[in-house]
This record gives sequence, structure tokens and C-alpha cells, in this order.
Amino acid sequence: MASIVTRVKQKQIAELIANEKRADGRGLKEYREMKIEPGLIEKAEGSARVLLGKTEVVVGVKVETGEPFPDTPNDGVMTVNAELTPIASPEFEAGPPNEDSIELARIVDRGIRESKAINTEKLVIEPGKKVFVVFIDIYVLNHDGNLIDASALAAVSALINTKMANYEIKDGEVKIKPGYEQLPIRKHPITVTTAKIGDKLVVDPIGEEEQVMDARISFAIDDDGNICAIQKGGSGYFEPQQIMEAAKLAKDKAKELRKKLNW
Amino acid sequence: MNDKPEKLIDKKGLRLDGRKPDELRPVKLEVGVIPNANGSAYVEHGKNKILAAVYGPREVHPKHLSLQDRTVLKCRYHMAPFSVQERKSPAPSRREVELSKVIRECLEPAVFLEYYPRTMVDVFVEVLQADGGTRCASITAAALALADSGIPMRDLVAACAAGKVDDTIVLDLMDTEDKLGAADVPVAFMPNLNAVTLLQMDGTLNQEEFETTVNMALEGCRKIYTMQKEALKTKYVNVSEENKDEEEAEE
Repeated sequence: MASIVTRVKQKQIAELIANEKRADGRGLKEYREMKIEPGLIEKAEGSARVLLGKTEVVVGVKVETGEPFPDTPNDGVMTVNAELTPIASPEFEAGPPNEDSIELARIVDRGIRESKAINTEKLVIEPGKKVFVVFIDIYVLNHDGNLIDASALAAVSALINTKMANYEIKDGEVKIKPGYEQLPIRKHPITVTTAKIGDKLVVDPIGEEEQVMDARISFAIDDDGNICAIQKGGSGYFEPQQIMEAAKLAKDKAKELRKKLNW
Repeated sequence: MNDKPEKLIDKKGLRLDGRKPDELRPVKLEVGVIPNANGSAYVEHGKNKILAAVYGPREVHPKHLSLQDRTVLKCRYHMAPFSVQERKSPAPSRREVELSKVIRECLEPAVFLEYYPRTMVDVFVEVLQADGGTRCASITAAALALADSGIPMRDLVAACAAGKVDDTIVLDLMDTEDKLGAADVPVAFMPNLNAVTLLQMDGTLNQEEFETTVNMALEGCRKIYTMQKEALKTKYVNVSEENKDEEEAEE
């Protein structure tokens, strides 16, 4: 339960935002400073570390061979998993994935899947029998709010950075050849999360802002500016007008970030 | 996907099941269907068949989850193994865990949680048969069950999806449209408070299409909302008529 000190702090933050100000001096619609470090895990086929203010996320991508799903024999497989490691916050506990980590993984998954970011058709070795399976593992190392945007950013950064094995088929058997080739990526979705605090919309909430927010809404925006996934979260509500506002805001912010990232 | 129908919308602009783009599937709502529960509801939405039951306010288990200033609302969305074409394992999937969370968060703004501190309210949703749009039908059922239990609420929550099929924006996608369509946007809404409490999407929509889709879904929610109120009234009409019969018999 929230201590008295946090309750006082929460009130301060809400009052600041009511006056269009934020605890860290940012504008309501401004992102924190962003840093991306690709390829820091040499043993993974792809990886990236993202710093969004004090929020830190590492994503590792492993590519292995496996069976396709029976209903999509001509597509490779992609799975996303998220770990809220106890390293990252006093609130996190070790153990099997809870609803927060499952939700986080599924939001990131939907952004990548629905934008068709990975060309899964090119991951087929033998239709219906053998395909490449792309495992995207999100590791949260420090939680200071907006894990969704940081994780989505780290996941796509890691995918861009992913190399998969060369292979050839000899006498019906798959042989791995030396050398690597780039994982086929055709889209770069960017997820923008907006929190509703009082009647104000705030982009990229920090941890303390998330504690006072009524609700949040995340939009994944693809390279053409289309919306490809949405998730509302939190125990509050949005008015329809606020949703349209958040959608436009997400589109603008995604465009701005895309330019900065050169995606 | 090889047996994919060529077109999901025919030349006349009608859908695979003969509906117009902005037409809901037939909806049947009933409250008070589980005698043991404090509140319950049964929803048939097209081929979806869904039961919701509310237990509580009751003692919190495990105790440490108890909150000093409000009740703990818990929600479990679960699909029966026989509810879909291929048997679903009864163990909760990641999808079910996520849906339980978003359904809970979509009901919380409707309930006066602060009226019952140090207690817990359980909302159980069982999908007996699924045919696209189960989360929306589950929310419709869960809100009715909560209302039926007598827990004070700010408003009912009604839910309905809209989406894009071929190039048309349509209301209330059924399973095939959901799987083969271009986008699906489930929405939950409290009409009296003008509050959207659930919004998700997968697929691809541009800004303009998105606005049209959300507005269409909100219209669907309003229709379902009217039916929900009707279903709640019907229960009490039935109860009072039963009493009348009994009184007459006694005379």
C-alpha cells in the first residue's frame, strides 16, 4: 500500500500536471531522452538496450529452427516474452509471468505482428515442416514508467540488428552454412503511450506519474502512419474525444521519433 | 487459410451471415441465472454463449491483498475446452490472463469500490461457446451480473466491437470476419458517463477509418446498453408477477 510520503508526492504530481507542468520539467507532450545501444549481447542473434529516461530495457532475439503452426505452414514463427526482473523495481517479484508482464509482452507482440514488421514468409525452410522461430525476450532492468514504449522500441531495434544463420537443404536435411544474413524486416512500428491524469493527456509517463494516472492508452503506428495496434490499460476511462486526441498525438509523436531514429 | 472465402462482403454489400455493415448479431440477455451466485447473467451474442457470475463482497483471499479504502475487484475470463473448434486446454492461456486484466480494468470505473473496504468481489466469466467478440460479450455479461448482485454502480458497461472487413467498416465482427478481416476494434462504453473503459485494436487502420470504426462501435454499445437495462427490468417484472400469482393463490 502507498505510504503517506508517496500519497503527498502523488498529490504534488497531479497538481503540477493540472497546471501543465511535470515533475521532471518536461512538457506534457514531450518524450524523455532516449538512448539505443544495439548489439550488446554477442551470443544473441540480435539485441538492443534502450534507455528512456531512467527506464532501462534490454531485448534479446534468438533465432532457432522449429515447426510452423499448422494453420500457417508458409510462415515462420515469432513469439514475445517479457520478464519484469526483481532487479528493476521493489514492486517486482521473481516467479512465473504475472498479468503485467503478459500484457506487456502481448502489446509488443501485437505491434510487431499486426504491422507485419517481420517478413515471416522468408523464414520458411520447408513449408509445413521446418521454419525459423524468432524469440523476442524483453528484459526490464529498471522501471521508471512507460515500459510499453521502451520495450517496443528495444524489440524493433533488436530485430533490425538480428542476423540469422545461412542454411542449405541437402538430402532433405537442413545444413547450417557459415556466415549470417539479415533477418527480413519490412516495417518499423513505433508505440506511443499516453496517460490520462485528471483531464490532461501526458506522453511517456514516468513511474510516479503512472501511480497517479487514471488510465493509459498505447498506439502502435507503422511506417505509413497507420494505427496497427491499440491497448487501453488502467482502472480509469477515456472520453471518446480524448481517444481521438491521443490517436492524433500518437501519430505525430511516432513521426517525430521515426525521423530521429532514421527508421 | 486456404479455404478463405473470396469476399467477406458480397455485391449487395451484405456480409457472410447476411447482415448489413452496421447490423448487430442477434443478442439475448438474461440475469439471475445462477442461483448460488450473488449476481449472474447469461449472454447469447450471435453464436457466443457466455455466463458471468459475481460472488461478494466477501472476505479477501489471500488476506494480504486486502485494501483499507476499497474492495478488491477480481476477474477471471475463461474459455471452456469445448467452446472452440479445436479443444482448448483448460489451463489459463496468456490470452485469457490478458483478457481477465482488461475486463477487470474496464469494470472498475463502473463500480463504487470504496463502498466495501477490506473485502473482495469476484467476477467469473465462462465462455461456453466462442464465435468472435467474446471479450465484448463477456463484458456485457459481467456488467449485468454486477448490477444483478446489487453492488452500487455508476453506470452499466456495454461492449461491442467494430472493424474493417475487405474495405468496409462493419459492426460486431463474427469469428471468420475477425480472423480474415483487416482490423478489429473492441470497445466498452458507459453511455451515461461518456466513458470508454476498454479499447483495443489489432489490424491496420488509418486515422479516419479509426474514428469511423470507434464511432460505429460506440453506437453498437448504446444498442446493447438499452438491451441490458431491459434485461434487468425483465427479471423484476417476472419476480413481481410471480408474487402476484402467489398472492392470488393464497386468496
